[in-house]
Amino acid sequence: MFSLNVNGKKYDVDAESGTPLLWVIRDNLGLTATKYGCGIGQCGACTVLVDGEAVRSCVRAVSTAAGKEITTLEGLSAGRPHPLQAAWIAGNVPQCGYCQPGQIMAAAALLRRIPEPTDEEIDRAMNGNICRCGTYQRIRKAIHAASAMMAEEEK
Amino acid sequence: MTVFVPVPKSPGANRGLILGIALGPDAGGGASAQPAPFTPNAFIRIATDGRVTFTIPKSEMGQGVYTALPMLIAEELGCAWESITVEPAPVESRYNHTRWQMMNTGGSSSTWSEWDRLSLAGATAREMLVAAAAKTWKVDKKNCNVENGKIISSDGRSLKFGELAETAAQMEVPRNVRLKDPKDRKILGKPRLCLDNPAKVNGTALYGIDYREPGMLTAVIARPPVFGGRLKTFDAEKAKQVPDVRDIIPVPAGVAVIATGFAQAEKARKLLKISWDDGGGSGISTEGMRDEYRRLAATPGLVARRDGDPEKAIAAAEMKITAEYEVPFLAHSAMEPLNAAVVPKEGSCDIWVGTQSQTRDRNSAAAVLGLLPEKVRLHTLFLGGGFGRRANPAADFVTQAAEVAKAVRQPVKVIWSREDDMRGGFYRPMWFDRLSAGLDGNKNLVAWQHTIVGQSIMAGTPMAAFIVKDGIDETSVEGARELPYAVPHIRVDLHTTKNPVPVQWWRSVGHSHTAFVVESFLDEIAHAAGKDPLAIRRELLQGMPRHLGVVNLAAGKAGWDTPLPDGRARGIALAESFGSFVAQVAEVSVDTGGNVKVHRVVCAVDCGKYVNPDSIAAQMEGGIVFGLSAALHGEITLKDGKVGQSNFNNYPVLRMPEMPRVEVHIVESSEKPGGIGEPGVPPIAPAVCNAIFSLTGKRVRKLPIRPEMLRAG
Repeated sequence: MFSLNVNGKKYDVDAESGTPLLWVIRDNLGLTATKYGCGIGQCGACTVLVDGEAVRSCVRAVSTAAGKEITTLEGLSAGRPHPLQAAWIAGNVPQCGYCQPGQIMAAAALLRRIPEPTDEEIDRAMNGNICRCGTYQRIRKAIHAASAMMAEEEK
Repeated sequence: MTVFVPVPKSPGANRGLILGIALGPDAGGGASAQPAPFTPNAFIRIATDGRVTFTIPKSEMGQGVYTALPMLIAEELGCAWESITVEPAPVESRYNHTRWQMMNTGGSSSTWSEWDRLSLAGATAREMLVAAAAKTWKVDKKNCNVENGKIISSDGRSLKFGELAETAAQMEVPRNVRLKDPKDRKILGKPRLCLDNPAKVNGTALYGIDYREPGMLTAVIARPPVFGGRLKTFDAEKAKQVPDVRDIIPVPAGVAVIATGFAQAEKARKLLKISWDDGGGSGISTEGMRDEYRRLAATPGLVARRDGDPEKAIAAAEMKITAEYEVPFLAHSAMEPLNAAVVPKEGSCDIWVGTQSQTRDRNSAAAVLGLLPEKVRLHTLFLGGGFGRRANPAADFVTQAAEVAKAVRQPVKVIWSREDDMRGGFYRPMWFDRLSAGLDGNKNLVAWQHTIVGQSIMAGTPMAAFIVKDGIDETSVEGARELPYAVPHIRVDLHTTKNPVPVQWWRSVGHSHTAFVVESFLDEIAHAAGKDPLAIRRELLQGMPRHLGVVNLAAGKAGWDTPLPDGRARGIALAESFGSFVAQVAEVSVDTGGNVKVHRVVCAVDCGKYVNPDSIAAQMEGGIVFGLSAALHGEITLKDGKVGQSNFNNYPVLRMPEMPRVEVHIVESSEKPGGIGEPGVPPIAPAVCNAIFSLTGKRVRKLPIRPEMLRAG
């Protein structure tokens, strides 16, 4: 039994300690925004925040996430869209959309760390997130746009 | 113009089959629950509260059909854009592809094949709303105008669509409906944000892999490691001890492990001991195939095109150039691995799946389950990428899920791991090409010979009857046979090979290979003749205005004649595919280690008249990324019958730092609409390789581009 704190809510989960956090989130908690893409930490579709850091939940054992603050896309913003989500919509970023939850979570971690990233910093931070539809150019632009929106909100 | 728009027997008759994925502002509201008195045809329902629901007969896999097709309807209907809800069509013949006798999303055909039908659907509904308003106000229809979800009379009265819905339902369905004059269009041709963006960024968009219902189990299947192999025996003793594993059973595809969740099933699968019969497939290797293909390429194959007397012209040529090209097997590797959920019921069944090929999948599942096709309700969910893989000619991922469900008689979702997906076959075929060109004393291209060697995609599928003619699979030679350049003597011929590796259409199909070969070889000819690669294309494209148009547009926007910084060069390539014309100019550099960096791609596209220019830009960007992934990284190899790649660590695809700046320019046109999902792919590999030659003098004749080929020294 593990006690997980996901999106501010407590869950008691009956799972083997080595079970990847991804599948606990999807299969046990029924939160399906977080996606399975590779299972080996290569594609980033499963990215969630653990204590604010971007984590590949497909290679993270559930036991090591117990007691930590886990955020999935469902919990990224309360009520209104997060600036990243607003920027993604306005930039017409998604194509198939399957990788986008992971992209947005990776971008959220980036902007926590570097509120106004350069293209190079974006490239480095987003290198672990694959998009087969090829939305990279729009993601880059949307991260800059979200960064600007967040700076505006700070004022 | 009149187009038959099927009318349901009674309003709302299809409601029971509708999957309530609501998109747009009221996501999650449950479209099917809303009363909709006005159902003028199979594609439109208008409720008394003004909500307009469009039933879309195409699958959304990232190409933007859940927005482009509603734009076609909305343009004619005149509804408020914000009032639209989109839902996927159930499998019924009235939702069949307008050219093919089944529901299918593919061949870059959604926009052109639905343009008339959906425009007419919208116009028909509009006319009925106008008639309802005219009747209500006792005025002539001429005095009623449609504006943003309202009918407005010339004397200033107005009624909302919702208020008119019940009266409109009583109006006669008009037979000869006029479409809007193009000059009055408000929606088509203008950029629009996709209706499904909100659902895709807040996590509520439901993909096949996300489908859940109480009691649903998850299964993985251990499949033979060699194509054509079969299960001999298996020992599940250890695997069965994994907690939450419910059953381990032989199925036609291999051994199915059924558990409460994916992690448990996957863990148990690794503990299985299985003995396979490899069949004849264990002798297969891509190296061996290559030798065979190369031998074949030196001999003439079945002739696909013959102009003039190419053999004689080559023999008499002043200068002769010969080259061999090759491209590997490629996996589609969509981000969402294959999956399907099957819910067997007494005398019927529900299937929840992201598929491009509803009718075939449903029929195949019905055959497995011993049901009439009508008893199987297939619900289309979002597709986490398709690229052709989700229109499988054998309906493999749905059929296999039905086989597991039949055995366990419970709701079950079969999920393919990334490794299953990548090793599951149905690849873009490996190809080997041999080309010869003859130039006369004035360095003019006079003869072109092209021999193509590879497997047929269509042979053995239901499409073979239409697409394989006189032994030639049209998709094997497409793009090569239609060589647009003015050459007096041409021969294009084909050797069709056979082996157990399953092959399939992969975004842009034959063009994914032929554009690379043709456009690279033309570049070789240009350099051999001492001509500029742009100039030779202009010279040979006289009389081909649309080809020439995109070449000139791309070259102009790229600044073809302007200098670049040291260490950079440009390359250009052109391809016509799926009724559209695309030229791309790539700007590249190569470091001393031979690593290629693509800095900028300028893309010009002529797809005729178009719907959503921002979706066109997105599809060009996406096609370029898809093609670059293949050109720079993509290769599936086989040794002793086994696939050498398994996941994104050894089958890399383009990542963010490799993303070039892409600029897309669209040609304004009133020509009939062409495709847009695939035509962005073919030109990028040759554009990049032509730039590499310009820069390094090294000709890339084999994909993917390996740094070893380009290392300095």
